Amino acid sequence: MDVEARSFPSDEVLVTRLRARDEAAFALVLDAWSTGMLRLARSFVSTTDSAAEVVQETWLAVLQGIGRFEGRSSLRTWVYRILVNTAKRRGVREGRIIPWSSLTAEDEGPTVDPTRFRGPSDPFAGHWREFPAQWPSPEQETLADEVRTQVAGALAELPDRQRVVITLRDVEGYGSDEVCSILDITAANQRVLLHRARAFVRSRLEEYFATVEAARGVGGEAVTS
Amino acid sequence: MTDLNCNEFVELVTAYLDGQLDAVSERRFVEHLALCDGCERYFDQLRQTIGTLGDLPGEGLPTAARDALLSAFRDRPS
Repeated sequence: MDVEARSFPSDEVLVTRLRARDEAAFALVLDAWSTGMLRLARSFVSTTDSAAEVVQETWLAVLQGIGRFEGRSSLRTWVYRILVNTAKRRGVREGRIIPWSSLTAEDEGPTVDPTRFRGPSDPFAGHWREFPAQWPSPEQETLADEVRTQVAGALAELPDRQRVVITLRDVEGYGSDEVCSILDITAANQRVLLHRARAFVRSRLEEYFATVEAARGVGGEAVTS
Repeated sequence: MTDLNCNEFVELVTAYLDGQLDAVSERRFVEHLALCDGCERYFDQLRQTIGTLGDLPGEGLPTAARDALLSAFRDRPS
C-alpha cells in the first residue's frame, strides 16, 4: 500500500496543523497510517481487538506528546516507535515476549533447503540439483487473490520478529533505516530477519504453485465423476 | 562456473537488493545471476514474492475507534 501519497503534507506542515488542533490534519494521518499500524500491532499481541486497542492507545499518546515532538525522526517513524513500545508492553502483559536484542537459533542456517543443491562430492557442489520450477505468470493465471491468501497465511506462520520486519519492509514499504530506528535493531540483524522471512514466504508460494500444477495434471481424469 | 555457488547466491539476494554488498561481492553476485538460469529464476521469484507482499489488502481502524479518536482530538485539553 502506498503510505506516502504525493499530496501528503510535509512533517512540518502536519505538526503545525496538529498543534493548532486542525481536525482535518489529524483525520489525514489517522486514515493514512492506521491500517499499517494495526497490521504491525497484530504481530505483537494476541487478538485483532487487542491490536485495535494498541493503535488507539498509540494515537492518544501521540496527541498528548505532539507538543514535545522534536523532529529528530520523521513524524511517521516517531508514531511507529510509540506504537511498537505500546504494543510490546501489551504483548508482555499477554505473555508474548519477543527477544529483540539478539538473533536466535531460528534465525540461523540456510534459508533454502540444502538438499536442493548438489552435495560436496559432486563436481558441481553447491549448485542446484534441479532449478526451481517456473511459476505461472500473472497474465496466465487469475490466481492473484489466491496467491495473496497464501502469502497472508505464510506471514502468519513466521516467527514474530521475522513477521514484524517483513511487514514493515515489504508490506508497508518502509526503508531499512526507518525499520532499524522503529525497532531499535541493527541493520545486519534486520537484514537477516528480512531475508529469512522472504525466503520462507517464497517457499510457501513454491509449494502452492506445485500443488496447483499437480492438481491440473490429474484434473483431466479425476475431477468429474 | 562462477566464483559463487548457487547455495551462496540465494543467501545474498536481500543484501544485494538493499545495496549492501561490497564491490567484489556485488560483482560476483551479478556475474552469477547473468550465467545461472536457476538462480535467475530464484531471484525473480523472490522479487515477485516481495511484490505480492506489497499488494496485500489491509483493514482500517473500526469506525467506532476512529470516531472516538477524532472526538478525543477535538476535546483534548490545550
